[in-house]
Amino acid sequence: MTARKEKIVLPLIAVLLGFVLGSLIVILTGRSPLSMFAAIVKGFSGIDIVNGQPINTRYIGEFIIQAMPIILTGLSFAFASRTGLFSIGAEGQLMIGSISATAVALLVDAPRAVHLPLVLIAGILGGALWGAIPGFLKARYNVHEVVVTIMMNYIALHFNNFVILHIFGSVDRVKTAPFPMSALLKSPFLENITRQSRLNWGFIPVIVAVVLFSFIINKTTFGYSLRAVGYNKDAARYAGMKVSRNIIASMAIAGAFAGLAGAVITVGTFNFGRVIQAAEGYGFDGIAVALVGGNEATGILLAGLLFGGLKAAQPLMQSQGIPREIAGIIQASIVLFVAMKFGIKMVLDKFERRQAPSTEGDRV
Amino acid sequence: MTFELFLQMFPIALMFSAPIILTALGGLFSERSGIVNIALEGIMMVGAFTGATVTVLLENTTPAAAWYGLLAGLLSGVVFSVLHAVASINLKADQVISGTALNILASGLTVYLCQIIFHQQRTRAFSNGIQKFSVPGLSKIPVLGRMFFDQVYPTFYIAIAMVLLTWFVVYKTPLGLRMRACGEHPQAAASMGINVAKMRYFGVLVSGALGGLGGAVMVLTADIQYTLVSIHGTGFISLASLVFGKWNPFGVLGAGLFFGFSTALSFYAKDIPFLAGLPGEFFYILPYLLTIIALLFFAGKSVGPKAAGEIYDSGKR
Repeated sequence: MTARKEKIVLPLIAVLLGFVLGSLIVILTGRSPLSMFAAIVKGFSGIDIVNGQPINTRYIGEFIIQAMPIILTGLSFAFASRTGLFSIGAEGQLMIGSISATAVALLVDAPRAVHLPLVLIAGILGGALWGAIPGFLKARYNVHEVVVTIMMNYIALHFNNFVILHIFGSVDRVKTAPFPMSALLKSPFLENITRQSRLNWGFIPVIVAVVLFSFIINKTTFGYSLRAVGYNKDAARYAGMKVSRNIIASMAIAGAFAGLAGAVITVGTFNFGRVIQAAEGYGFDGIAVALVGGNEATGILLAGLLFGGLKAAQPLMQSQGIPREIAGIIQASIVLFVAMKFGIKMVLDKFERRQAPSTEGDRV
Repeated sequence: MTFELFLQMFPIALMFSAPIILTALGGLFSERSGIVNIALEGIMMVGAFTGATVTVLLENTTPAAAWYGLLAGLLSGVVFSVLHAVASINLKADQVISGTALNILASGLTVYLCQIIFHQQRTRAFSNGIQKFSVPGLSKIPVLGRMFFDQVYPTFYIAIAMVLLTWFVVYKTPLGLRMRACGEHPQAAASMGINVAKMRYFGVLVSGALGGLGGAVMVLTADIQYTLVSIHGTGFISLASLVFGKWNPFGVLGAGLFFGFSTALSFYAKDIPFLAGLPGEFFYILPYLLTIIALLFFAGKSVGPKAAGEIYDSGKR
């Protein structure tokens, strides 16, 4: 198989195997995989196979809402990954982005054209700062980024709750006061064309981020030197690249993507700052999205839409009697199969070699 | 801080130390054999879920239900870790990705099964977990008795026993020597006729057993039921303890006690005069913050098994 074909075929096989494994678990626990797939179809399009409902734009709007943050956390994981770093910190960076966005939304008073961009920038900067810390610790003290980013996630969680409860003085101990309209991504137009879904302007910064990711990584000298560090740190250092600076910058930019996700959720999906009980899984979703998308912008966009649809289907599955966690199980299986790509490739190569002589024989 | 308060903290600190020590020892086996295991968190979740479920289901038939729960937790950890072993040893998967997949899988699978078995997002609460006890005689020793032998959970002694057993197996038996060789230089080990794959299976499965036991210990001593947040990062703290303890069983014991105390501190902070004014969130943060600080001081200096995390290529020189 050629390298290019591999990049497309292997993730597809992993996705397929993930769904097969998920279906098996559903069958083993005495539920019907058909109602699971019906729920997934409905989650993507609103088409109800069982009751014969046609396409419904409200469901499309809701599934795009689910896809937006995980495309961004996917970009976050992928960006660090390209520099050879395994960052599990998107979840925490997202929370810090969301608390920064909350602060600007509540404290600044300005017209929408100023206020909304400020809110998004605050989210980006908050996430970038939170990402730069493990980057610095890695570059300066060689502390492994996996453990540090995970610890930073828990710290971000409690810090977020501290700020919401003690600084913004949440009245009901759940959320802050509602944000002013000028801080929101809300769009009556988008709501109207999607039958009052929560769809909002958040998809624009998401698309900008996807394009920017691709541009920085593929078209700039900076991106080239980041990738060089990812391939071989020592060679990059020998070639005169600033390895430490690149590691910190890469983690900060990865954090910026996740921070933007936090802002988009906070002023898009919601209109208030929230107390968070436990990690909401955006970070792990992003890892799955990035791995399936092959750490490439286009792949991440497509994988994000796939997993967004899966997330949107969760409540529909639950109402069919299939525990909603099956979506997480399918997602984890897909990641596991992506990790096993060498093994899958070995099987495919064996299969191809067995096929090859017979086709040549036919020609003769 | 008064000395009395310090003494009071001991039983709680030891309770939190036990699962960290057990799980970190599991990580020691895996990493010494050459496989990085960040799936410890997920393995603990599976062990905790199974431990709690078996305890709930057996409660009405036997008074020793919680002990069966511990055993079931251990076994479930072994079964779950097989996935990591197959992926990273046979299919040459990136060990960090495979471990991450297992962590996501564990959070999905355990809650999924809770919904199937108990029709809710968590297990039913058990009425009795592992019970505290006082060691007859020893608990009467002044000071030391109150620290280590009065109103403690027997799981702490299991953890101590495992530290000694791990030390013996890893440093005093041929098996341990072979396992360590596979973690340092698998090609050299293979050239001496050691079956690298078999040794690594041993390491990963033992880490599954100890991680599963650690998870079950945690839920059956510190909780009343299994929920998605029962483990809340303890597997990763165990991983940090392994680094902090320099991949040595006694180091792990010390690191585990350190993290046990930092968790206990958050429970007693309101009674300590100069800490009482700080908000509760600060103390929730403390164990995680201390983990980073501990890594900061020890990560650069302590060196783990050389080949841990590398995909084994038998042809490499």
